Amino acid sequence: MSTRDEIESVEDNGVSLSMNPKKFILWLFIVSIVMIFVSLTSAYIVRQAEGNWKLFELPSIFLYSTIVLLMSSATMHWGYVNAKNDELQKLKIAIGSSLFLGILFLWMQMEGWKELVSNNIFFSFSNPSEAFLYVLTGLHAFHLVSGLIFIIIVLISSFKHNIHAKNLAQYEICLTYWHFLDGLWLYLYIFLMINR
Amino acid sequence: MATVDLQIHSHEVHAHDHHEHHEQSFIRKYIFSEDHKIIAKQFLISGMFWAILGGGMSMLFRLQLGFPDANLDWLKPLLGEWIENGKMNPEFYLALVTMHGTIMVFFVLTAGLSGTFSNFLIPLQIGARDMASGFLNMLSYWFFFASSVIMFVSIFIETGPASGGWVIYPPLSALPQAMSGSGLGMTLWLCSMSLFIVSSLLGSINYITTVINLRTKGMSFLRLPLTIWAFLITAIIGVLSFPVLFSAALLLIFDRSFGTSFYLSEIYIAGEALHNVGGSPVLFQHLFWFLGHPEVYIVLLPALGITSEIIATNSRKPIFGYKAMIGSILGIAFLSFIVWAHHMFVTGMNPFLGSIFMLLTLVIAVPSAVKAFNYIATLWRGNIVFTPAMLFSIGLVSYFISGGLTGLILGNAALDIQLHDTYFVVAHFHLVMGTASFFGMVAGIYHWFPKMFGRMMDARLGYIHFWFTFIGAYLVFFPMHYIGIAGFPRRYYSHTGFDAFSTFTDLNQFISVAAFLTFAVQFLFLFNFIYSIFKGRKASSNPWYSNTLEWTTPVNPGHGNWPGEVPTVYRWPYDYSKVGADDDFIPQNVPLSATLSSNLEHEKDLQKVEQIDISSPNAQ
Repeated sequence: MSTRDEIESVEDNGVSLSMNPKKFILWLFIVSIVMIFVSLTSAYIVRQAEGNWKLFELPSIFLYSTIVLLMSSATMHWGYVNAKNDELQKLKIAIGSSLFLGILFLWMQMEGWKELVSNNIFFSFSNPSEAFLYVLTGLHAFHLVSGLIFIIIVLISSFKHNIHAKNLAQYEICLTYWHFLDGLWLYLYIFLMINR
Repeated sequence: MATVDLQIHSHEVHAHDHHEHHEQSFIRKYIFSEDHKIIAKQFLISGMFWAILGGGMSMLFRLQLGFPDANLDWLKPLLGEWIENGKMNPEFYLALVTMHGTIMVFFVLTAGLSGTFSNFLIPLQIGARDMASGFLNMLSYWFFFASSVIMFVSIFIETGPASGGWVIYPPLSALPQAMSGSGLGMTLWLCSMSLFIVSSLLGSINYITTVINLRTKGMSFLRLPLTIWAFLITAIIGVLSFPVLFSAALLLIFDRSFGTSFYLSEIYIAGEALHNVGGSPVLFQHLFWFLGHPEVYIVLLPALGITSEIIATNSRKPIFGYKAMIGSILGIAFLSFIVWAHHMFVTGMNPFLGSIFMLLTLVIAVPSAVKAFNYIATLWRGNIVFTPAMLFSIGLVSYFISGGLTGLILGNAALDIQLHDTYFVVAHFHLVMGTASFFGMVAGIYHWFPKMFGRMMDARLGYIHFWFTFIGAYLVFFPMHYIGIAGFPRRYYSHTGFDAFSTFTDLNQFISVAAFLTFAVQFLFLFNFIYSIFKGRKASSNPWYSNTLEWTTPVNPGHGNWPGEVPTVYRWPYDYSKVGADDDFIPQNVPLSATLSSNLEHEKDLQKVEQIDISSPNAQ
């Protein structure tokens, strides 16, 4: 441990430290991601109100991908319970299955885009209503990839037995981020269903 | 296995911090440094580089505006093919204006100002060893650096840098056919700004986390110096508004390169219809100004925070209305998010909507006036020490008032329709946002130079710098009001083509000459800055007799800022000239029990609590 850390760990008992700074940083990241999607969905509504808006059906697979993503959130949470109880074998299974479900979700999104393309709904050279769908789902998928990378990192630390009842911070941060990505998709899915 | 692991994990967690243990190499210490003070200096030097470049560009287009008939062949060695037959290429003029705006708003007054002073002062003034995440802080600088390199490269490409104005309205910026700058130059602009947004977000997130989580013992929110309040709120505005610029830029990138039609609709170029149908250029303006307006306060608030601190210190008086100052910062920040459409009064918006935005805009005058009043009340009957930093802070107050007043005029939808996009607007924002923030930045450099470099800047050169800059900037921007009221539009390459404006030729010449002189004086400052780093008078640890915590560190604070324990805070930062005190200042780390003669009634109660704290064995 470096001298600076030693000094800090002594001073960490001070009153002002209200929250793990890394968790706080994550929440601020989430705020900025929220702002991206808030602005894009507002732009969507504003643009829609101007008329000349093509109507089409969302790919049916999005419903199933939503369920898959919800399941991955559940397995992540199951992992958290296991980590708290020091059930490290089950923890690995939980993280592994979350990773699998996350990748499955991405694959299903791809299938959804293929379905759109086969229905002549394109990103380029198309009505903004079509392009917006790709932007919203694509940007969410991009953030989901960052979440998957995080899950892989957590999976590696679980194999090194670095996640357990007394060392939960990293897992908790990953869990919060993953739940957020899940909630974000739910918001986008419902938003797109309502404002087609 | 699990049980074994429980013992070792604490080492594992800190494994990534191990490098700080060893003597650092030059590269780790000065280049890829995670120390907030080094990162602050990196931002400062980069900001100054950009300021010279951005300022230099304004000299070139002032040359064109002031002397439209002059032969500019002598600039050929510098500008090459952009000078054609002794004249500046009109598209290059537009590129200069665009780059000047982009550089000054983002690279100088956002990165150079917030990046420098938030990084430098937040840990020092709240009593923290460093930022919450040194690594993210380092990333923030290097993202800014990468963004700077791309923007710099874009200046030298053959088709010229982005030229559609710093607001990059589509369709002008979206179609490469529209102007040469909308080709590769615009692509590089968007790449650069995307990296800039990442840098700004990383920085802001770090600032907020540090202020909220890493304050030293006793440093409650109501004991924070106003600088920290300003930096905190600035960072919050940044986290909320920069992602929106990212959205706007992302859709523009798709329109430019991927054939979508978010902002483009039914455009004919050279008789041929483009494929884009259904887009809305006004949508871009909404998204852009949702960042664009808060950005104004991202630029201004840190300068106001710095000024509050400097004025209180050098008036030897407590800041007038500490809580009102915090309230007005919060008020300005809140209002900044709901006034963006006042930039768009002429887009044909619903007049009722226009009235709402007008009302909200005019409400900003209230917190702004509170701030101006509090500055003046702090100065009033103070025991003023006229250091160069103090002069620049007073200068800021002057510019803030004179520039802010025209904001009331421009905020009126009916008046704005006449004045929109004229030099009146240019005069307004250069005074209230450009010059005022620049003065705040320079004041900050003069004031915290001793803490940054352990030496003093030369005060006499500082006075010369101040008076020439103060008078010069007024001479530059004040006449622009008249030209603007007469209807002279901004961004025009030449005014000699219109009879109505030829009467302003001499006024334009006057502005240009004043601008050249003002710009030249800045080199005096630059000389003073560089000379003082190496040869300046050695500073004492508290040269301005200030109360805040950064002055309790050694003259050259090392890694971790305080060699021993971080000081505990017992009072607010503005105990200047307190009745009954031995000195005219009481630093924040002096306990109330040490200043019995000057304690006020409510402090006597606090002091009892404080003593229990100290005497109890469980006290931290």
